[in-house]
Amino acid sequence: MEKPYMADEADICVIGAGHAGCEAALAAARMGLKTILFAINLDSIAMMPCNPNVGGSSKGHLVREIDALGGEMGRNIDKTYIQTRMLNTGKGPAVYSLRAQADKAKYHTQMKKTLENTDNLLVRQGEIVDIVVENGCVTGVVSESNALYKCRAAIICTGTYLKARCLYGDTIIESGPNGLRRATGLSSCLERLGVRLFRYKTGTPARVDKRTIDFSKMKEQQGDKKIVPFSFENRPEDIEREQISCYLTYTNERTHDIIRANLDRSPLYSGVIKGTGPRYCPSIEDKVVRFADKTQHQIFIEPEGEDTNEMYVQGMSSSLPEDVQTAMYRTLPGLENVRFTRTAYAIEYDCIDANQLKLTLEFKDIKGLFSAGQFNGTSGYEEAAAQGIIAGINAAAYCKGIEQLILDRSQAYIGVLIDDIVTKESREPYRMMTSRAEYRLLLRQDNADLRLTDIGYRYGLISQERYDRFLAKKKAIEDEIERISKINFGPSEKVNSMLVRFGTTPISTGVNMTELIKRPEMDYDKLAPIDEDRPALDYDVREQVNIQIKYEGYISRQMKQVEQFKKLEGRRIPEDIDYDKVKGLRLEATQKFKAVRPVNIGQAGRISGVSPADVNMLLVYLNM
Amino acid sequence: MLKVNLSDTIAAISTAAGSGGIGIVRISGSEAIELADNIFVSNKGKRLSLQKSHTIHYGNIVQDGKIIDEVLVSVMKAPNTYTREDIVEINTHGGHRAVTAVLNAVIKEGARLAEPGEFTKRAFLNGRIDLTQAEAVIDIINAKTDKSREMAVARLGGRLSEKIKELRESILTMLAHIEAAIAYPEHDDETMTYEMIEKGTREAIEGVKSLIASADMGKIYRDGIKTVILGKPNVGKSSLLNAFLEEDRAIVTDIPGTTRDIVSELVNIEGIPLNIIDTAGIRATDNVIEKIGVERARSLADEADLILLVFDGSRELSDEDRELIELTKDKKTIALVNKQDMEQKLDIDGTGIEPVYISVKNNKGIDEIYRRIKAMFDSGDIENDSMALISGERNKASLLKALQSLENVIETVENTMPEDFVSMDLTAAYEALGEITGETLEEDVIDKIFSEFCLGK
Repeated sequence: MEKPYMADEADICVIGAGHAGCEAALAAARMGLKTILFAINLDSIAMMPCNPNVGGSSKGHLVREIDALGGEMGRNIDKTYIQTRMLNTGKGPAVYSLRAQADKAKYHTQMKKTLENTDNLLVRQGEIVDIVVENGCVTGVVSESNALYKCRAAIICTGTYLKARCLYGDTIIESGPNGLRRATGLSSCLERLGVRLFRYKTGTPARVDKRTIDFSKMKEQQGDKKIVPFSFENRPEDIEREQISCYLTYTNERTHDIIRANLDRSPLYSGVIKGTGPRYCPSIEDKVVRFADKTQHQIFIEPEGEDTNEMYVQGMSSSLPEDVQTAMYRTLPGLENVRFTRTAYAIEYDCIDANQLKLTLEFKDIKGLFSAGQFNGTSGYEEAAAQGIIAGINAAAYCKGIEQLILDRSQAYIGVLIDDIVTKESREPYRMMTSRAEYRLLLRQDNADLRLTDIGYRYGLISQERYDRFLAKKKAIEDEIERISKINFGPSEKVNSMLVRFGTTPISTGVNMTELIKRPEMDYDKLAPIDEDRPALDYDVREQVNIQIKYEGYISRQMKQVEQFKKLEGRRIPEDIDYDKVKGLRLEATQKFKAVRPVNIGQAGRISGVSPADVNMLLVYLNM
Repeated sequence: MLKVNLSDTIAAISTAAGSGGIGIVRISGSEAIELADNIFVSNKGKRLSLQKSHTIHYGNIVQDGKIIDEVLVSVMKAPNTYTREDIVEINTHGGHRAVTAVLNAVIKEGARLAEPGEFTKRAFLNGRIDLTQAEAVIDIINAKTDKSREMAVARLGGRLSEKIKELRESILTMLAHIEAAIAYPEHDDETMTYEMIEKGTREAIEGVKSLIASADMGKIYRDGIKTVILGKPNVGKSSLLNAFLEEDRAIVTDIPGTTRDIVSELVNIEGIPLNIIDTAGIRATDNVIEKIGVERARSLADEADLILLVFDGSRELSDEDRELIELTKDKKTIALVNKQDMEQKLDIDGTGIEPVYISVKNNKGIDEIYRRIKAMFDSGDIENDSMALISGERNKASLLKALQSLENVIETVENTMPEDFVSMDLTAAYEALGEITGETLEEDVIDKIFSEFCLGK
């Protein structure tokens, strides 16, 4: 190859402008680093090539955490949502799930606008085909037009674009998602750099024309009346707007018959697809084969935006040929005459085993090279964005020579996510789930700001104004909890008649207010009539007061577990440890330790295939 | 989820199993003193937390309003202790029962049963022991952590491990239902009502309780096989015991009882610990039947897992001998005909017993006794109700933990707290049961969700 020409210079180059790339670039630029964000096509910035929504179970937590760190996803969806719902409200505060339907086009436009108006940041169209590494450090990236962009750090956020191919039954097209051009150059460059790549697969359902759907045969699902913003910067009234409905329908035996009759034409079953697909995103043919006794599956019809007639058919992702897809979609009530605007497909792409990364998302063996998002073997916009902001912060911290950010499992879902992918074995694209967070009672979506705003502020990603408001909120919560702890009620007529009204037993002796809040039938707000000196407080303050008091017993039990956890995390393992010198380790453990290079005893214990005895051996060695 | 605990509060019996005199329950960790305070009641109303370091206090261990034992408690504060953590040692009355009851009380208060060698390990990790002792620590961990687990799991075999698997499976099913509904809020077919959860949990509680009951009896290996040497006077019982003791240099204790008449010796025969029940006077008078009478012999035989019935080959079969044969005929018994070094007059044909012919004096046939014992043990001939051997106490601690968590589930359900809180305790119960079989949670719930439910977009 000819020597590239010197095109530009920056501190940080971000390769890919999906959800990970956008957060990474914004964080880096906002921290004052000169940043260039590359995309194969600038019209695909922050594109949502699959589901038209943000949030949901555990993913909503991620969005709130990103926001608390000063990221963009929450603000962007608040500006562009077309329906919002809080799910799981009956199942406990820790698993409340905020989810918003997005106007995909507006989501893209709005994010692009934000990027374009951020200081220190340039968005640039072009495929990056080479990363220049000198003496083990990143020094630049090269585009397909042989232009060299010198930089000190690079962040790979190639999503599903790397050597991607899309499968529509027997039709295979070498393209990125959504018919966009794929990226090809970087894979061989990475292999040359010693990065190990493998193939994952995922898929997306068809999009259909709204005018060909009979909604009268489906169940309408409206948004919530009460709007809850994702971003702590927004109040509900700031973002109120008219909401658009989703619809629910079901598959039936006719659908399943068509699928079964055509399985031989599915690349999944004929062996053409080699990548590993996620269990939580099964194609409809997968569901029919694996759950043969189910006579119907739920299918949700969701709008792709306000200014389009395209609808997303959730639950019908497929890699069957187009003619089969059309036939099976048309067996669904309400879709009898449906016409496709885009065909469902499966997509295969190059990604990495994130064991090659540090917890900072920097490659263990290449200084200044970071990666985030689907490239790291995850799936989902929120998972990508969560890694993106961490990679962005850490690339910037690397350039500045300040301490990099690692969130631990007791601090954030983001910490759980990154620790999981870096430490554990990867068998399928990784999806965040609340059951992965062992301290989830502490990692609630309602307290993400209390957990992480300080950190965002420290890295310069939270404005002074927002930080002051945050401190005021925190103080209001503390003051109110303190005030309540001193309030006792006697068994007066007023108190007891109110308690009886709420279906709880009256009191016969003096009782502290916290005890009443803890009763299953009661909460903080319900006690307002008898709490005469109660100050007027915002909803989010009252919510915290209520949760922190009501679930105190459970919360403090989990805090005890966290103390244990912290002790193990506090036992550092030196970077230059020679595992061959650790006596008594099993061979498998030695190999795992060498591959993952855990930074502390806690992480060492979480490596798949490592036993407690192995960890004990390590502990003993470290103390010798 | 945690594979290793560095400094939670741990407890164990630190005197050897089956010793006489006194028993010591040692507690170490940041909550050791607070925890002991919860169950220690002094006549003078002393609080252990207010006492000086390295002092001893008299009182009772009381839990749930019941006096468990009269004790002396030593309080030793960090860092000048063996583990460099706060340590409390509770000196109980001797004998298995008292010391175990106190240990159970301590565990109920929240201490974790210590792993083998864990006090030493902590001493080492906290810098109390020097480098030369590190090798020994490695051996301890090496030998005990994985191996005892392996052995325990292997020996669990049959009923108990099946039962635990069943229990875990039913808990996992409940968990997967709850977690699937949380992960996929809009899917309408994965719900499990509180009635179903409550019913499932109550069934699990019954299951765990019955295991706890059997775990009480399943302590042979750890505490030794309860062995009684019977025989009329002057057949050589005490010589036999001495022969055992001499053979086994790894005697754990030999503290004569001061308050009770029964003393036991723990000897290790081919890796099988025998807890040989002795009587206070056995070596002094060698006149058991006379002294304690047939009734006492009968009750000893009833309690024993194994009886060594000794005859004198140099004398004729007597009525006393026949009486002993009669009262041990339904027991696991090894008959020994001693004094092969003398002229033989004993005729035991027709009694149906197949003795080992020995001469304790010339140390002849002792190996054959060992072989017999080992064969009986290996074939499972000597056993208690449950063969939850080695880790009887540990298993019980895990079962108690599981029970506590399941009871929390019921409380949460009764208080109509949300599913998330149910999930928290079901998870804890699942993990506690997993400790027994050596399995952890890891990806179990997620695997179960996706294998059982059709979910996803």
